[in-house]
Amino acid sequence: MRDGALLAIRDLRVRFHTLEGSFYAVDGVDWHVERRETLGLVGESGCGKSVTALSVLRLLPPRTTEIQGQILFEGINLLELDTEQLRRIRGNSVSMIFQEPMTSLNPVFTVGEQIAETIRLHQGLTPKEAWDQAVEMLRLVQIPSPEARAKDYPHQLSGGMRQRAMIAMALSCHPQLLLADEPTTALDVTIQAQIMDLMLRLREEMHTSIVLISHNLGLIAEMARRVVVMYAGKVVEEAPVRELFHDPLHPYTRGLLGSVPWIGRKQTTGRRRLQEIPGIVPGLMEMPSGCRFHPRCPEAKEVCRREPPPTIHRDDGRRVLCWLWA
Amino acid sequence: MSEVNATTSLAGEEAVGFSPFRRGWMKLLRNRAAVFGGLLILAYLFTALTAPVLSPGDPSAPNLMASLERPSWKHPLGTDELGRSILGRILYGSRVSLLIAIGVVAVGLLVGVPLGLVSGYYGGKIDFFIQRITDMLLAFPGFLLALALVAILGVGLKNTVISIGISMVPIYIRLVRGCVLAVREQVYVEAARALGTKDVTILRRHILPNVLVPIIVQTSLGMGTAILFAAGLGFLGVGVQPPTPEWGAMLGSGRAYIFNAPHVATFPGLAIFLAVLGFNLLGDGLRDALDPRARG
Repeated sequence: MRDGALLAIRDLRVRFHTLEGSFYAVDGVDWHVERRETLGLVGESGCGKSVTALSVLRLLPPRTTEIQGQILFEGINLLELDTEQLRRIRGNSVSMIFQEPMTSLNPVFTVGEQIAETIRLHQGLTPKEAWDQAVEMLRLVQIPSPEARAKDYPHQLSGGMRQRAMIAMALSCHPQLLLADEPTTALDVTIQAQIMDLMLRLREEMHTSIVLISHNLGLIAEMARRVVVMYAGKVVEEAPVRELFHDPLHPYTRGLLGSVPWIGRKQTTGRRRLQEIPGIVPGLMEMPSGCRFHPRCPEAKEVCRREPPPTIHRDDGRRVLCWLWA
Repeated sequence: MSEVNATTSLAGEEAVGFSPFRRGWMKLLRNRAAVFGGLLILAYLFTALTAPVLSPGDPSAPNLMASLERPSWKHPLGTDELGRSILGRILYGSRVSLLIAIGVVAVGLLVGVPLGLVSGYYGGKIDFFIQRITDMLLAFPGFLLALALVAILGVGLKNTVISIGISMVPIYIRLVRGCVLAVREQVYVEAARALGTKDVTILRRHILPNVLVPIIVQTSLGMGTAILFAAGLGFLGVGVQPPTPEWGAMLGSGRAYIFNAPHVATFPGLAIFLAVLGFNLLGDGLRDALDPRARG
């Protein structure tokens, strides 16, 4: 199964070298994405989701970061490629969209010019052909009157339009994999839904696999087939989306689900306060001993304080990093 | 006060459909001081281009019979100690100073901007190396550095340009590097990298256009400074050599007659003043018009 995976991350460790010392922001992460699959990557801010995504395209500053492990894209270890080989994969086979649609487009060029630039970069078309294809991409992401909008500067577009343009740019070379790092976090809710619909539709049309990074569980529930939950640089749980939501194994996942307001919960579970997970994700410098979640875990036992938990692979294909299931 | 704000924000809105540079241009035209500066520069360019028409004959041919004459119809600004028309020499001098100013700024831009871009974008050892050299150059006051370089290279037009140009290079390096440090952290630069854009293309298409505004402003101010420095070197006798008409040298030689023929030193000084004023006013206006923080 994993050999056929489009992207397989194996024992990824990302270390940041800072003035205060060196710290692992991602510490032994394993996951994979199948072809034409949407994988959800969930966790609080600072748990290493974005760092994992950025290390796939090796976008972290090379002087201050050290990446260990394997990132296999179609069997090729991206960590072993030279700059030129990597550049040919970026945007062409693996693409990425970012959280801030307001700042992810260059203010001095029109939207069309920027999309056309990416197309020309990888496909060697003439400027005219690239421009036409850029307009086509804008039409595909359902921007009204794309010919006119292509000539607009980013500041003339709304946040939702800019994110659509960004998606058009990221998908302009029909990548096999799209890394979407909180693509809708900065947008308002109705626009979020539109963008998500768009991404689902494009996935079907272009056969693109998506890694959707979000802390929005509702979004993940809608979009993803499988979910990887990260906490403090480690994968704490992996499960198909339905199982994860109905029967979360890890106390952290339960906490995440408990802290989401569900309309209608009052009727089924009685009047209950919204749950919260006490405390915050530990900083890289103050990682707790044993299980990294134990200071915030309602079910922490003595062993959790002392020993790091083992990864439990269950027969149903789910895995969890917790002493409760050992 | 609120009315003023209302009109300026309106002006911003009506310009929404234009590129940032087009919008800056429209704001510039509303700034009276900048327009005045621009007119001074236009007049300066005009005289530089048409000097042989405005003042026929060799501006350096002496006519000792007419030395140190006061302003008259024949010589509107009088004559110098060798009887040459001061107006004619000022007109021709504008060509020399314009040539120097353009040359100096070209040296500063061609050397300083690429070094600043590389230094800021790549960082690390290469940044350290470039910045320490910049530190060394900036440790000297600019004019002193130019003077020292002239002492090494020798006098003359070409060496004047090179010396003043080199003394301006560190200013461009620092300016560009600082701007690049801010721009390279922008999401669109990261997005461009994520889409596989080459470093050269990122520098040229994504970073350079976004640091262009301070470069343009510095170029205008730098032209003024270059004229001033060139005049300073000329005044000290180590710049462009006689008999080439050069404003600083004219001022220097007129100094000896300051009491009995003050016009000899005054008019070249005025020419320097107006040219430098023009570039400085335009530079300030450009900064106000193009600075996104000062908008509205």
